[in-house]
Amino acid sequence: MGRVLAVLIWLITLLTVILFVSKRWWFPENISQHGVGIDRQFTITLLVVAFAFVAAQVGLGYTVWKYRATSDDKKERATYSHGNNRLEVVWTAITALIFISLAVAGQRVWASLHFQDAPPGTFEIRVAAQQFQWNFHYPGKDKAFGRTDPKLINDGNQNFVGLDDTDEHAKDDIVAPTLVVPLNRPVRLLLRSRDVTHSLWIPNMRYKQDAVPGLEIPVHFTAQKVGQYEIACAELCGQLHYKMGAKMLVLPEEEFQALMAMSQPDFQKQRDEYLKKYKLP
Amino acid sequence: MAEVETVEDAHDGHEHHAGEVHRHPAPTSFIRKYIFSIDHKVIGIQYLLLAMFSVFVGLILSVLMRIRLTWPTAAVPGLAWFFGEAAPGGVMNPEVYLALVTMHGTMMVFFVLTTAPQGGFGNYFLPIQIGADDMAFPVLNMLSFWVTFVGLVVLVAAFFVTGGAPTGGWTGYPTLSAIGEQLNVPGAGRGTDLWIISIAIFCVASLLGALNFLTTMLNMRTRGLSLMRLPLTCWSWFTTAVLALLAFPVLLGGGILLLLDRMAGTSFFVPGGLSNGETLLPHSGGSPILWQHLFWFFGHPEVYIAILPGMGATSHILSTFARKPVFGYRAMVFAMFGIGLLGFFVWGHHMFISGMNPYTAMTFSILTLSIGVPSAVKTFNWLGTLWGAKIRFATPMLFAIGFVSLFVAGGITGIVLGQTSLDLPMHDTYFVLGHFHLVMGVAAIFGMFAGVYFWFPKMFGRMMSERLGRIHFWVTFAGVYAIFIPMHIMGIVGMPRRYAQFTEYKFLETLHPLVVFVTIAVFVTAAIQIVFLFNFIYSLFKGPKAGDNPWEATTLEWATTSPPPHDNFAGIVPTVYRGAYEFSVPGAPNDFIMQTDPDPSHEHEAAAPAVLERQGGNGDGQQNGH
Amino acid sequence: MVSRTVTEQAAVKTKIGTGVSGPRGRKNPGGSGGRGNGGGDGFSAQDSPERYRIGMWIALASIFMLFTALTSAYIVRAGTGNDWRPIAMPRLLWVSTALILTSSVTISFALGALKRKEHSLYKRWLLLTVVLGLGFLATQLLSWQQLVAQHVYVSTNPHSSFFYLLTAVHGAHLLGGIFGLDFLLLRSWRKAASAKSEAKREAAASAVALYWHFMDGLWIFLFLLLFLWR
Repeated sequence: MGRVLAVLIWLITLLTVILFVSKRWWFPENISQHGVGIDRQFTITLLVVAFAFVAAQVGLGYTVWKYRATSDDKKERATYSHGNNRLEVVWTAITALIFISLAVAGQRVWASLHFQDAPPGTFEIRVAAQQFQWNFHYPGKDKAFGRTDPKLINDGNQNFVGLDDTDEHAKDDIVAPTLVVPLNRPVRLLLRSRDVTHSLWIPNMRYKQDAVPGLEIPVHFTAQKVGQYEIACAELCGQLHYKMGAKMLVLPEEEFQALMAMSQPDFQKQRDEYLKKYKLP
Repeated sequence: MAEVETVEDAHDGHEHHAGEVHRHPAPTSFIRKYIFSIDHKVIGIQYLLLAMFSVFVGLILSVLMRIRLTWPTAAVPGLAWFFGEAAPGGVMNPEVYLALVTMHGTMMVFFVLTTAPQGGFGNYFLPIQIGADDMAFPVLNMLSFWVTFVGLVVLVAAFFVTGGAPTGGWTGYPTLSAIGEQLNVPGAGRGTDLWIISIAIFCVASLLGALNFLTTMLNMRTRGLSLMRLPLTCWSWFTTAVLALLAFPVLLGGGILLLLDRMAGTSFFVPGGLSNGETLLPHSGGSPILWQHLFWFFGHPEVYIAILPGMGATSHILSTFARKPVFGYRAMVFAMFGIGLLGFFVWGHHMFISGMNPYTAMTFSILTLSIGVPSAVKTFNWLGTLWGAKIRFATPMLFAIGFVSLFVAGGITGIVLGQTSLDLPMHDTYFVLGHFHLVMGVAAIFGMFAGVYFWFPKMFGRMMSERLGRIHFWVTFAGVYAIFIPMHIMGIVGMPRRYAQFTEYKFLETLHPLVVFVTIAVFVTAAIQIVFLFNFIYSLFKGPKAGDNPWEATTLEWATTSPPPHDNFAGIVPTVYRGAYEFSVPGAPNDFIMQTDPDPSHEHEAAAPAVLERQGGNGDGQQNGH
Repeated sequence: MVSRTVTEQAAVKTKIGTGVSGPRGRKNPGGSGGRGNGGGDGFSAQDSPERYRIGMWIALASIFMLFTALTSAYIVRAGTGNDWRPIAMPRLLWVSTALILTSSVTISFALGALKRKEHSLYKRWLLLTVVLGLGFLATQLLSWQQLVAQHVYVSTNPHSSFFYLLTAVHGAHLLGGIFGLDFLLLRSWRKAASAKSEAKREAAASAVALYWHFMDGLWIFLFLLLFLWR
């Protein structure tokens, strides 16, 4: 039975490795600047993990195969040993070294995203999450956001973010369920939620950030490939959580500028054009 | 307080004569014997039965979840009757899926993973393994079981109230859990109230239990049983009890605050400026993140509460069937302490993307990865225990080896998730699901299965069927890998958790074959558990009689009859002469020396005093046995 | 492979009694580890009244954690939002504080009397402690009433929420302490049957006293927290 178990363990290990190595299913294409670093760190980590996983499973299978009791002869004895302190210490030191250095290396991308403020020239977009849709609020032609007030939120009037129409800056503001960002230019998002916790999840951007009621959370990133991409909600927000999606458009600078200068109805028309022009990958 | 006093009362009712250790006689009435029993063995079995009920309910819920995920429009017979309008014609609405998620998680984490290894096996075997006749506070022990029971009843009741079962997930993040009702979220009303109350009740029960475990272990060890001679199971129950003692009060505190937010209109977790799309909600100033801190301060130690007893049982069983002492016993004990201690300082890794301070996140990340070190020590020592062994492959051993394999497979991806930048793509995806199900779900369950197969003969005096046990093992072992390894891949693609269906996104479409594959694996793995259930029940009545020590093991539970008498050792206080895992000692007549065996002939040539000692022991034993 | 024959062999080999010594096993078990810490000579580990004190310390650790959690919630909440309006302290709280401080003294006297075997004195101090404890609870309720009269309710603002919550949770725990005292009182009417049950009774009393002192200290802490940190 030891041999059957060993073979089973090895087989499972082999299949697991094949599943990962074949990359039949893998990350969606990365289109962000920081995503390169994340993907690299993931690969390094996965190699360490895979090595440890395979070593442990193969070792387990080996001991199970090799040290099975072969006969019912009671005279046969196992090795009498209570352990080996030197081995123990060496092993502990090695794992500690590997794990801690991985942890430190893993901070690099994180630091670049969180400890540095968005570089100058950054385009700012406000994100207002609600059950079960994403509202993206653009400053419009005057490049200034209009005043918003949660008291003014009224779904019946399509005023999802509580925009104050009496404010001068609000007149040209655009609110749409589509995230439009310029190519190769940093974007700063300001995340808010008006009801429950949501999480903005853009697989192609390798980015995820909770939108927490009562908090205003800034994030920044740079998209590097024109196209249409999917946005999902990654934090349980209610019964229709599974379809709280949106689309992201990464546009060349000129197209982006033109779109940002449009009025709300024109924006919607033009956006629909782009959604047709740039297909989902 | 009051309970402690009652215990004294129960004891004083039977003042004993000097020198006689036998205390309260076995109760004779059915109710005192089997229902409101204060015998830790009966209570342990009660806990196990409660957990077994919960695990099968939880299992059925997960099968339903897989059906909903794979075929969102499939009608399941009977569901229309059970869920009413929420499942028209037996087709589950999305909120039913979330109710299943929430109830599955809560039931499994609290009423299975926390209850069975600690309340069940710990209750039954801690006193026996330390040579005590019962827990330190037997009445308190009975109370903790019955409080747990009430908690379970309240939780199950959440299925049957208006508005349906809670849908906020087992983590119950506010504001969804606090103001969901005002946002017309199904299940956010009475169902969520009951859910919180049930957890609060469970917290109290766990605290009473932990108090009892710690006192028992500190105060009631028998003669000669020094700390480093304890079986590793005892150390695991001890560490678990410390974790429970310090973690559950925090969850209780958080639960009280959440309940007040829901019922008394306070704003601990609910900030101002929230809107339901028409009007502002009447709250102000609260912090949803505060709940996450309180919850995960409990929630992370809870992971170790679930897995540590499994580690203890695995070490115990590996050593017994490898016929070898545990490799690096002390390192094993300290590794458990290390895991427990670090477990209190890593809760923030659940919150990297919650909007917490990014510097704090870095600290949490480094602490989190350092938990890998004691975990690696444990794995290394398990392999060391098997090295040079003479392994006997009985079913408990199969499950213990399975535990090691699964623990490695599940634990190791923690290195991915513990890194701040890798958490950005991985957080709240199926990668997390695969990770924690393997390590704290399935590995812990394998620890329990190993425990059931190992201790069943002791608890019920009969052996379980080896053949059925093996079938159960092979299918379950392959099955759980088939279920949870593909989930890692789904997570890499980006599949988010807690989605009722995957039809809305193009990037998830390619995963459909994997989704179907996993669901089929779930069906097979779930179905094979019937073999276990059958084996358990059949063996209770028809299993071959077990001897006192069918596995030729060394620890104290095997030094008494199967099942043990009411006071465990028939009026005798056992004396311990050696460490817990003396297998294959060179020169000894057998390949195992029991802890109670005073014969030091393998150490010294002259055996004469030892013989005298043993005769004396026998004499006393017989005297007191009657 | 464990076969049934092995099982039966083992059953014979490891009969109970083999190597299980009697309650007065004379020889030090020796070995590398020394003795278990439970039980001195002639006094079985399983009867040690020490367990009440150990159990109480452990219980206090968990109560400590509960209040630590609530306190950190208090501090965090005081720092978030701009709706934190401290309530005026009800004057009656000075009275309740005095009552609970006094009760800590009386329970110490009670314990001292028990140790000197002055049973009627013990009973009287115990009774006085119960009265003071009930007085404390009554004063707490009255101060709630004062606040309600000023239209300060649980949901009025976060500080009042925490005030009601912390006093209620503390009060519930103190009520538990009063049950403990009642129990000691009930038992004090019965004569201790033996030296052993005498020791048990003392251990139980000192455990309750420990709890009571903890509740006292806890109240002082909460009092300071609620009206200094705000």
